[in-house]
Amino acid sequence: MNKQRLHTDPTHYNQLTDRYSPPSDMKTCLLRSFWVGGLICTIGQGIMDIGIHFLDMSVRDAGSLCSIVLIFTTALLTGIGVFDKIGQYAGAGSFVPITGFANAVVSPALEFRREGLILGLGAKLFTIAGPVLVYGVGLSVIVGVIYALFIH
Amino acid sequence: MPNKRIGQQTIELPLRPALCGNAAFVGNKEGEGPLAADFDFIASDELYGQESFELAEKQLYLDAINLAITKGSSKPEDVQFLLGGDLLNQIITASFSARELGIPFVGLYGACSTMAESLCIGGMLLDGGHADEVVCAASSHFCTAERQYRFPLEFGSQRTPTAQWTVTGAGATLLSNAPKSPPLAHITHICMGRVIDLGITDANNMGAAMAPAAADTLLALLADTKTTPNDYDLIITGDLAQVGYDLLVQLMREQRMPLSPEKYVDCGLLIFDREKQDTHAGGSGCGCSATVLNAHILPKLQSGELRRVIFMATGALMSTTSSLQGESIPGIAHAVVLESPMGGRKS
Amino acid sequence: MTIALMYLKAFLVGGLICTFGELLVLKTKLSPARILVCYIVAGVLLSAVGLYGPIVSFAGAGATVPLTGFGHALCQGVIFSVQESGLIGAFTGGLAATAGGIAAAIFFGTLVALVFKPKAK
Repeated sequence: MNKQRLHTDPTHYNQLTDRYSPPSDMKTCLLRSFWVGGLICTIGQGIMDIGIHFLDMSVRDAGSLCSIVLIFTTALLTGIGVFDKIGQYAGAGSFVPITGFANAVVSPALEFRREGLILGLGAKLFTIAGPVLVYGVGLSVIVGVIYALFIH
Repeated sequence: MPNKRIGQQTIELPLRPALCGNAAFVGNKEGEGPLAADFDFIASDELYGQESFELAEKQLYLDAINLAITKGSSKPEDVQFLLGGDLLNQIITASFSARELGIPFVGLYGACSTMAESLCIGGMLLDGGHADEVVCAASSHFCTAERQYRFPLEFGSQRTPTAQWTVTGAGATLLSNAPKSPPLAHITHICMGRVIDLGITDANNMGAAMAPAAADTLLALLADTKTTPNDYDLIITGDLAQVGYDLLVQLMREQRMPLSPEKYVDCGLLIFDREKQDTHAGGSGCGCSATVLNAHILPKLQSGELRRVIFMATGALMSTTSSLQGESIPGIAHAVVLESPMGGRKS
Repeated sequence: MTIALMYLKAFLVGGLICTFGELLVLKTKLSPARILVCYIVAGVLLSAVGLYGPIVSFAGAGATVPLTGFGHALCQGVIFSVQESGLIGAFTGGLAATAGGIAAAIFFGTLVALVFKPKAK
């Protein structure tokens, strides 16, 4: 019963799969992520300049303002169902900037709202973005300890 | 007791159970596709008047089953088994529908192969004399499947060209030994597939993961019944989509059982206009083969336009857990041979 | 003129950092979630060895808005706090420096989830 009917080994089949799977259009993808990513950063620069020159903020506070405004805008665009279309178009152009972090927080919150406020929205908020904080913050503590013990 | 098994995997059904009621309910994207005119009902939005997408899928499922029973001139209380499944965890669509129908329920999970799996088991129940009337059903919903298997709907990620689009829709078929309405088709043979895995791990390339299983089942059926692809008017696969379609053609060519493009179609390629509807490789999901079979194929068998076909739905049997743990994707395919009430051969 | 140049630099550097992420997506089949983690880790490490600071001075938001900039902020926050208050700063500095972004994501995320419903495609 368990005799091999299909005379195809996985290596050969993997080659076939590569042959018949259309590749992504590399040039278009890279170009799109470049201009959208660049544009988001340019807008960020604009927000920082407004903070520094018109609101008398420190560079650090202006940086926070920039994050907050971009995150708010992303949250809104995610809510009205526009951000996923930008993401489909731009790929890394929209998920590498802070906008991607915001979208990763908002989209599961929105999606799992039906499962309740605590275990749905509250618990799922960081399902995608959580690892970013875990490894980012974790590593920064290590850097801080090394700095405090050996360099400072 | 006569042995109805022929060959290694195929079972002949001498009573030729009839498919006598069909229904296909779909979402609005499917309703904008090339098969729009064939469906029984096209929902105006993906919520289908319900509170959640899960409830919407259940309602589509329920409505399709009820319509299939009605079109077969029967009543739910006369139906002895409900055989069905869907893609959600613990197949809640099927079991929650069964809760409302009150028909004895056999829950099935064959991923996207569920429609063919339920027809196989339904056919055997009827041919074995264990039931007179059973209903088979399968469904999927883009919004419920997407969040279970991939990312939340509003997450802005890119789809690769090999990715497939889960069909929103439910299909149901009433099977009977003594049809009360003119039959649409008869099941003459069934072939239940083995789980085949040639090591594909890319969850965005389901067609490639399932094509070897399709080839394995098809070869078994052809060998057991001593037929070739030319003996059938059409071979219909479930949701291999473009990548899987090309791979199955290639695999069958290597096995010296070539499929001709005029006689081989895939439901995932029929249901959407891939260019205009941006569905990449094509449709997928239990609902894909279930709705295309019921809406598009069965009427052609009834009219005699098609006389003898193989309907073979394929499934990818992975879960999000197995994918995260790095397991490759096992595939399965089940096949049924369907013949027109006007005879299996054109005169 | 210098302002226009600053914006051009932000556009080019920001765009390039994103393009590299897209290249990773296409070449390695890493999922976006994994790439985001790689970016923040890279940001912390580059900042710790003093390589990311010069990029920020050169490109401004072009370097701070991508997620590597988030890592840079974590790292600089920690170093700043250690200078102020010693070892305890290793634990307090990172989140303090990035508090605005994280709190905004939690707050606006919750708000949006309460107001809107997910849309079908």
